[in-house]
Amino acid sequence: MKVWDAIIIGGGHNGLVNACYLQRAGLDVLVVEKNDWVGGAATSRELTPGFLYSNCSYVCSLFRPEIMRDLELPRFGLQVIAYEGGAVFTRDGDYLANYRDHDAHRREFARFSKRDAEAYDRYARDVTRQCRFIQPLLMRTAPDPTSLRPRDLGELLYLGKKFAGLSAQEMALTLRFWTMSISEFLDEYFETDVIKANFALSGIIGTALGPMSPGTAYVLLHHYMGEVDGSVGAWGYARGGMGAVTKALAASFKSSGGTIRTGAEVDHVLVSRGKARGVVLAGGEEVHGKLVVSNADVKRTFLKLIEEKELPDIFLRRVRNFKIRGSSGKVNIALDSLPEFPALPKDSPVYRGDMHFTDSMERMERAYDDWKAGRWSADPFLDMVIPTTLDPTMAPPGKHFMSCFVQYAPPKVNGREWTDADRDGFAESVIAQIADYSPGFRDRIVHMEVRTPREIEAEVGLTEGNIFQGELTFDQLLFNRPVPGYAQYRSPVGGLYMCGSSTHPGGGVMGAPGRNAAAEILRDLAKSTSHMSPAHDVI
Amino acid sequence: MARQIRKKPASKTANTVVSARIAAQGHFRTLRLGTPFQPRINALARTQDWYNWAGYRAPHSLWDEELEYFAIRSQAALFDISPMTKYRIEGPDAEALLNRVTLRDVAKLKPGRVHYTAWCDDEGFVLDDGTLFRLSPTRFRLCSQERHLPWLLDSAIGFDVTVEEETEAVAGLALQGPTSFAVLRDAGFAGVEKLRIFDLADFPHDGGIVTISRTGFTGDLGYELFVSADKALSLWDRLMIAGELRGIRAIGYTALNRARLEAGLIVANADFTTAEHAIRADRLRMPDEIGLGFMIDLEKGHFNGRRAILEARAKRKLRHVLVGLEIEGNIPAEHAIVYYKKSQEVGLVSAAMWSPMAKRNIAIASLERPFGDTIAEDLWVEIYAMRELQYQKLMKRAKVVARPFIRLDRRTANPPADF
Repeated sequence: MKVWDAIIIGGGHNGLVNACYLQRAGLDVLVVEKNDWVGGAATSRELTPGFLYSNCSYVCSLFRPEIMRDLELPRFGLQVIAYEGGAVFTRDGDYLANYRDHDAHRREFARFSKRDAEAYDRYARDVTRQCRFIQPLLMRTAPDPTSLRPRDLGELLYLGKKFAGLSAQEMALTLRFWTMSISEFLDEYFETDVIKANFALSGIIGTALGPMSPGTAYVLLHHYMGEVDGSVGAWGYARGGMGAVTKALAASFKSSGGTIRTGAEVDHVLVSRGKARGVVLAGGEEVHGKLVVSNADVKRTFLKLIEEKELPDIFLRRVRNFKIRGSSGKVNIALDSLPEFPALPKDSPVYRGDMHFTDSMERMERAYDDWKAGRWSADPFLDMVIPTTLDPTMAPPGKHFMSCFVQYAPPKVNGREWTDADRDGFAESVIAQIADYSPGFRDRIVHMEVRTPREIEAEVGLTEGNIFQGELTFDQLLFNRPVPGYAQYRSPVGGLYMCGSSTHPGGGVMGAPGRNAAAEILRDLAKSTSHMSPAHDVI
Repeated sequence: MARQIRKKPASKTANTVVSARIAAQGHFRTLRLGTPFQPRINALARTQDWYNWAGYRAPHSLWDEELEYFAIRSQAALFDISPMTKYRIEGPDAEALLNRVTLRDVAKLKPGRVHYTAWCDDEGFVLDDGTLFRLSPTRFRLCSQERHLPWLLDSAIGFDVTVEEETEAVAGLALQGPTSFAVLRDAGFAGVEKLRIFDLADFPHDGGIVTISRTGFTGDLGYELFVSADKALSLWDRLMIAGELRGIRAIGYTALNRARLEAGLIVANADFTTAEHAIRADRLRMPDEIGLGFMIDLEKGHFNGRRAILEARAKRKLRHVLVGLEIEGNIPAEHAIVYYKKSQEVGLVSAAMWSPMAKRNIAIASLERPFGDTIAEDLWVEIYAMRELQYQKLMKRAKVVARPFIRLDRRTANPPADF
């Protein structure tokens, strides 16, 4: 009977990152993936001939460059292309663009408000300061504040020192940032509604909160912490779609001797005498391993794959109460030509960036009101990109793939399960919004995939379709992610680890949870972590 | 509350604000704007050596950066300062607002006068330095490197005053050098000889008005001229024609930067980091830390940052000092590290050059107190001079000296001389 050194449940990006690091440390690692392909939420799928769909996650910024380098991902085909700004279309026939050039950015804002145009520098300074504070924490295991172990004390001291290094003003800002709503935070800098709406979108993406809900300011920060090759805060497209990330990871893993089994859904984790011994696949096959690492979210892992009796009550209750609420969906569209937006000049770089139609804070909040009432938003918030304007690999020349991230979509509609008719209604709300700004849009559609929380949960495996495997509110961050006392990638079951985005530092195709979990596992096994780069310096 | 969300985009024509906004969309095609003088400057730009000055296309040099410097010191040099940020501050409370915002006492600034000043945030950290022109009892122009509209507007709450950004509307020229007065006189600006240093006056030009001040950034005899953008080219031509026999030359920033260093003047975000741009908290500077302590007027009543500045002075929390250095030898020490006793790192040179006017190797440096303050002896700079792909490392003695590095009598002589 083969006994693997480690079995990873789920071939998403974090599972694969984890697997790569463990395999490279000399372990014999197996990844089991329920789908016939790897990638989890970072996939590129040819859903209609000639078109590659980034059908779940769709843009790249947070994936840690240290991991790309350690795992030689460029050698296995990973390329990230920075994209060119974006825009919010306004209902008066205009738009507010974000340009990469600092002065163009200021002039664009000045079209709406000279004051707000000149307020951007202070806003950027404050946000950058906060990102610099948090960034080094991404690649470190969060300390357990109740522990007296030297390592935890050391990490706490590190956190404390970093915090103490801030000025009184910055400390105040840090606490405000972690607790405020994005709406209130933006009020500190800007007066113009559309300018606030332009920034606020980063505070609500993937979150079952509205722009006026406390805690959303941090979500914005989370989206600003990434980079494209040193350009901090920039976002880009993975060439070949987001599947290029996991494709490269899988190739890296295999090249170092790792094994992947696709079409292998885990039914449950084998536990005996309080220790994980392997997994049982859906067909009943037992696969044995010395340890098991779950890339699935914390609810799926502990409420579906482990028998309740193996878990302490408080842990179980906290897992049940962990907020991992469905709030978004996706509409992925193949187009036979580039859509036109009459408001936008034909030579605008905005076509190569992210586009939005929610031009006021109130509209954004109202969209959230629908979610609270158990409906998808009648006037949804869209984050729309056309990666094929920069990536020639995803569609035939002249044809395009468009990704629409859509918010809000409730996990259940009026308390009942989503139906196909609901899904069609949801899609129509999206298409109608785009068509309002792009005449003839419907005629360009060749093929469309609509994913409500129902589809995302069923196909990708994310509970309620939550893209972060748990919301990024301050009560669920650092040493409280996912559960107090279990924030260091270990679980109440011996030999069972977590490596998904439910763990610190959270989601967004960052890879850091998978990497940090590997570091903890290797520490438990007393193995070297010399193949793992520490976080790049923030100087 | 009723839902008032219109889903359909409205028709484009609706109102003039929207159509003006839409008309301005095309700016993305021109990332570096030309100034109102651009046609003339382009015609003279033999080096085609441009840089980005606050979103404008500005010349490093036009024909020869060294000779352009000598034009400043020997003849008259014309430098386009239009990209400088300009605010018009006007109203019965304009003086009171500016007294609240800036460090110096604006009540002492009479109409028709200019002063060099600076302003701080509430923590006493310098937001910028700049020049304040008092155009009338109730009208001012504030010129600066960075942009401050939100700061000025927020500060103006409760004051009867309007604040307007007028960078694009107003074109500016610096005419600097020994023959600059003669050029203006010959150009027909009658009465310009009456301008003493830091005076300003309006003169008729091309059916409009040009405001001329006896100010500049060179430590030399010189003037600055402000005119509405539509009169810019005729002003340029008027000066160039009048200056032909006085050796007038258009110059770029490299030459001006040399002259300003000899004059001991500092540049925001070159010699210090402005508070709204400092990502790293230890880069913030109080006026006393960048040689601007002389501006602080504690008698005039409250101003932004006053409390923090007083506290820093009382508790000796001022950690840095900006000094002029004279360095042995003739190799410029740009961005060199400053050492105490050749070993202890105590600061950084932010600007350095061989001064043709002083015949000395000069520099501006920021040092950590007490070095440069109470300990001024035994300071050294380590110069890494790249010569044909090798660093020649030099450890040179540096002496703290007073700024300006040069003093020219012609700068302040009254009446101004012809050369």
